[in-house]
Amino acid sequence: MDGAVPLFRMEGISKRYGGVRALEKAELSVSSGSIHAILGENGAGKSTLIKVMAGVVAPDEGRMTLDGREVTFASPAAANQAGIVCIFQELSLVPELSVADNIVISDPPTRFGMIDRKAQRRIAEEALARAGAADIHPLALVKDLPLSRRQMVEIAKALARKPRILILDEATSALTATDVAKIFGVLKRLRSEGLALLYISHRMNEIAELADQCTVFRNGRNVASYAAGTKSDNEVVELMIGREYSHIFPPKPVRNSAAAVPVLEARQLSWTDRLDDVSLTVGAGEVVGLGGLDGQGQRELLLAFFGVLRGLSGQILIDGKPVAIASPAAARHDGIGMALIPEDRKTEGLMLPMTVRENLSFAALDRLSKAGIIDRAAEQRLIDDMVGLLAIKTAGLDIPVGALSGGNQQKVVIAKWLMRQPRIILLNDPTRGIDVGTKQELYQLMRKLADAGAAILFYSTDYDELIGCCDRVLVLYDGAVKRELVGAEITERALIASALNIHGEESPVSQGANA
Amino acid sequence: MKDWRYWLAEQRGTLLALGIFVVMFVIYTSNHPAGFTANVVQTASNKGVLLAFVAMAQTLVVITAGIDLSVGMIFTLTNCLASWLVIGSGIETAFGVIAVLGTGLLCGAINGAIVIYGRLQPIVATIATGAVYFGIALLLRPFPGGSVNEDLADALTGRLFGVVPASLIVLLAVVLIVWVPFSRSVLGRAAYAAGSSEMAAYMSGVPIRRGKFAAYALAGLLAAVGGLFLTFFTYTGDAAYASGNAYTLFSIAAVVLGGVSLFGGKGSAIGAIFGALAFRTIGDLLFVFDFDPLWQPLFQGVILLIAVSLGAFALFRVRNRLEWFL
Repeated sequence: MDGAVPLFRMEGISKRYGGVRALEKAELSVSSGSIHAILGENGAGKSTLIKVMAGVVAPDEGRMTLDGREVTFASPAAANQAGIVCIFQELSLVPELSVADNIVISDPPTRFGMIDRKAQRRIAEEALARAGAADIHPLALVKDLPLSRRQMVEIAKALARKPRILILDEATSALTATDVAKIFGVLKRLRSEGLALLYISHRMNEIAELADQCTVFRNGRNVASYAAGTKSDNEVVELMIGREYSHIFPPKPVRNSAAAVPVLEARQLSWTDRLDDVSLTVGAGEVVGLGGLDGQGQRELLLAFFGVLRGLSGQILIDGKPVAIASPAAARHDGIGMALIPEDRKTEGLMLPMTVRENLSFAALDRLSKAGIIDRAAEQRLIDDMVGLLAIKTAGLDIPVGALSGGNQQKVVIAKWLMRQPRIILLNDPTRGIDVGTKQELYQLMRKLADAGAAILFYSTDYDELIGCCDRVLVLYDGAVKRELVGAEITERALIASALNIHGEESPVSQGANA
Repeated sequence: MKDWRYWLAEQRGTLLALGIFVVMFVIYTSNHPAGFTANVVQTASNKGVLLAFVAMAQTLVVITAGIDLSVGMIFTLTNCLASWLVIGSGIETAFGVIAVLGTGLLCGAINGAIVIYGRLQPIVATIATGAVYFGIALLLRPFPGGSVNEDLADALTGRLFGVVPASLIVLLAVVLIVWVPFSRSVLGRAAYAAGSSEMAAYMSGVPIRRGKFAAYALAGLLAAVGGLFLTFFTYTGDAAYASGNAYTLFSIAAVVLGGVSLFGGKGSAIGAIFGALAFRTIGDLLFVFDFDPLWQPLFQGVILLIAVSLGAFALFRVRNRLEWFL
């Protein structure tokens, strides 16, 4: 019983989103009775791989076999039917229903066509006990539970479906240490019961403890599979390195870092469990990057500066003076002059059905109006300047902004804030999903703004951009700054190693990894 | 064992609506010249069940995080249809009733199909279909008129054993035949899940579309039961625009009073029934206290506001208390 015949195989799976290829001829085989860890940096294709397996996304090409028979999944329900159950990062619980309702939701027990509440209760209690979460009351509403408990319900729900293959995608990210220990016990027991477990995590210590087999993904392909424990952390980092460099970056100025008072400074910022004692400075003319794996508190940090989070502890200083920023409206105020280019331009950045003109002037309306009346001539002048500066390609100013390409939409979001001539610019992964040409224009623009004296804080999930654009990079892990990289220290190896929070010195095994 | 606590939390909206209704009804009957007599109860019940049926219909759709602005018009249409069909011999009357209920079901199914498969917003889709349904009602009854099997009408609007209003028995029967099975079925749960978080429901493989479709279709059926009862009550069919619209709006008020969340996923038709009965009692209260009926809309608005804020307050308090005990 060595699992010689793989339970599940994926062969030559490819998936593209527009021009971006998320998976390229990926292969994976999973055997019963083992825990298989998937590793890879941001955008390596891990999430897409799981979505294909779980029936959320249909692959463009390739085949999947289960027990040697070819299978296709039209929906998550179809994958569940086949015994593949996934615990997603974004919780899939229905908040207004009870814990028991949620646990049996995919296939409730029925009697005479009606849901059998007694049986439901029994199934839920069993599943909760199996997940080591018997303390959760099956009648409690999910919305009343804290996040870590919900995560346990999610696991119980997956177990209640009697899976053959259980996929855990960052399933421990919201858990407390006690829960993680319990879950590890549960997972090991499931392995001994013959389940195949697929475990995605960025926590190297968890992988070391759990995994039997590891597969590393890079650029949408599986680049290596090995038995757990046969490679050192540094070798794993080496495997993850090697992104294709395709962008051209403007030269970075040589700086003397003995600058005056920083424009933006944070002292010991903490917020719930997402930010942990973050201190940083950004000087005029400086581009400071935020690195690390996705979801380590980078977004929350930007939101904290922009006055969105309540109950923040610590201090924010502008020009060396402490300020209390109560709202985005206060953050953009002249004394502070902050702008945030949000991650999701479609919901946080633009009013899609409204015109390009209206979208451009939203943030600057107060400057363009006298006594509440918009000075149309001044508005037009400023808009013309911006459209010229950013080379926004649009058929006209009075068409809906939703009709523009993604790259041009992003330019509109940026232009909208530049109309206020901000001194502090926060960018939240601004190049996600836009074309290479526009990306390069944005890099140039960022440097131009910095040279003109702006302080820029730039979060990107693309390490290449951090290396190419930033004077300094702060790497976050679990809401805390784990490492600061300055100038020539900013390398892919250093970024990945610190993103995974691998301690220890840089072993100078191969310096030539950066192509 | 603190199961009861969870049960209480779940039924809070319904119990609150029940409480409001009981208080108002006690004030009403104790100030009524005739007092708490079978006659008074029968009249109140006959008036109340009309809105109760329409409010139940609205509840089903609101649970899916939608809204049905055509329920009042389905109510009117089925009233007009019943004034043609529910007449004659026992067999003919029975077929008439089935045809009327079937029409309501069809109207609801059309709404559901447009909203779910046509992907139109419920508010727009049901304004449009509501206008169509009213148009058909107007063609059926350009002027008020028609008739109904009076034996059946009198039986269902009269009293059972001389004390219990028959209309209440019918209401109870409809709850047991339509609401209870629906709310406990897989489709009903799908409707709740879709209303609470459609994405989570989809990711869990819940039959969202079928659940929502069933909710819309059954809403049409319940509105038709209301329309049928209006015919039994008035003996005529009347395509009255203002009345249809009023029922739609009052049904939303009743649903809110009954603790059903307009955001979807939460609440029960039982709550909505008490909400409807309470809402109806407002008018009666004004009557026994000799107020000009002109005051009625104003009072209804004020009571609705108070009830809604009370509900929000209770929710807030108990949530804290739950944290104490967890």
